[in-house]
Amino acid sequence: MDIQNDFFYTKEHEWVSIEDNIATVGISDYAQEALGDITFVELPHVEDEIEQFGQIASVESVKAASDIFSPISGKIIEVNTDLESQPGLINKSPYHKGWIAKIEVSDSEELSNLMNAEEYENFLESEG
Amino acid sequence: MPTDQKLQKTPLYQKHLSLKAKMVEFGGWEMPVQYEGILAEYQQTRTRASIFDTSHMGEFVLQGDCLKNGLNRLVTMGIVDMPLKTCRYGFLLNEQGGVIDDLIVFREEKEKWFMVVNASTIDKDFQHMKKHLTPQADFINLSSSIGKIDLQGPLAREILSSLVADIKKLDYYTFDFFHLLGHNVLISRTGYTGELGYEIYYPAQEIGNVWDVLLKKNEVKPAGLGARDVLRLEVGYSLYGHELSDVITPLDAGLDRFIDFNKDFIGRDVLLKQKEEGLIKKSIGFVSDSRRAPRAGQILFDASGQKIGSVTSGSFSPHLEKGIGLGLVLSVMKEKGAPVFFGTENSKESAKISGKIFYKNGTLKN
Repeated sequence: MDIQNDFFYTKEHEWVSIEDNIATVGISDYAQEALGDITFVELPHVEDEIEQFGQIASVESVKAASDIFSPISGKIIEVNTDLESQPGLINKSPYHKGWIAKIEVSDSEELSNLMNAEEYENFLESEG
Repeated sequence: MPTDQKLQKTPLYQKHLSLKAKMVEFGGWEMPVQYEGILAEYQQTRTRASIFDTSHMGEFVLQGDCLKNGLNRLVTMGIVDMPLKTCRYGFLLNEQGGVIDDLIVFREEKEKWFMVVNASTIDKDFQHMKKHLTPQADFINLSSSIGKIDLQGPLAREILSSLVADIKKLDYYTFDFFHLLGHNVLISRTGYTGELGYEIYYPAQEIGNVWDVLLKKNEVKPAGLGARDVLRLEVGYSLYGHELSDVITPLDAGLDRFIDFNKDFIGRDVLLKQKEEGLIKKSIGFVSDSRRAPRAGQILFDASGQKIGSVTSGSFSPHLEKGIGLGLVLSVMKEKGAPVFFGTENSKESAKISGKIFYKNGTLKN
């Protein structure tokens, strides 16, 4: 199970990485593995204001649909439109090519509500 | 992974675990939903060949004259005229015309019938049949002693003929007994994928050998229930508990061709009345306008937002690269190409009514 060291994670298995106050958001390797082949992604709209832990996207696999929640609050400034035709990028590259949205962070203090890589790894182990 | 002790396991359970399959509960059984991934297993089956563990399914054997022992009245399809070593698909109905189960009847000898039923309905079917067969009928449930593997895909014949030379003579919907790895066993040219394929009935305790030998073939990979469901939905096959149930008649489901009205059978009166009065419900296929897939249980709406029925099965179709579904709707809605919406009151997705066969290039009858 791949976990990126400098990323932060939610209990719902979303990740966020922050650079220059811009957050990139996606779902973890564990999440894509659990969902199976992803066949559809409903992306948010650029300019949408998103709350931390509020819904940001939804993804569908062959078997089921799941809501994706934002690890952080802010304004959507970019979405990964490649996912519209290639939703499987989330399976192939959950932390890189499979990113979902970029958010202009409104409150970086919110990171304290998330897990770092080590805490996420322990969380996954405790989940069994 | 489910740990429910009450779940039943097939004789191939350990094989699935060692292949690191994702296991799920299905109809009271712990079954592999996927190995490598549903889409890869789907492609493998459509282009090469896959093996599926279908040992959970039920098998009954009945000996005797079908007109005298009650079998002919229990099933909807004509069986009196069935040639030996052929199979026929049909239904067991209740007195209200609802479907107790769908099944395949095999005519092994003039007075020997082999029947294959769904896993979750084995006990219900057996009790129902027992009740309507004559008390002296020689009727047994062999489900726990028979294991079953489905080999499906365009290369199935080539692969199986390397183990069973004379398999090539078997035509679609026929069967025979063949020597396979030390046992003389029933193999039928049937399946649930729309592709050329075989179902192999084998002594449960030794079916692991068949699984291992087939898996060693270069062109064969295992496929789970996830791929199986997508494959069957793309070719419009019904799944019991979805398109068919105790309260859905075969006419509601659009399966008239598996009913022989020229004979008496349980539920016939209700079906005839339905035909005479016209159907209230109608089974449809529909294709999503996007990759978003309908899901069983969602509501179907017409263009004006009126509720017209519900989704019975839904999935992403790898062939169409769109969502596809089957639904049961008010019979006024049946025009192909008409817009239909699936989802909930608050979230509706657009689709078009289509035929029920979404994939037409299957190798089934090759």
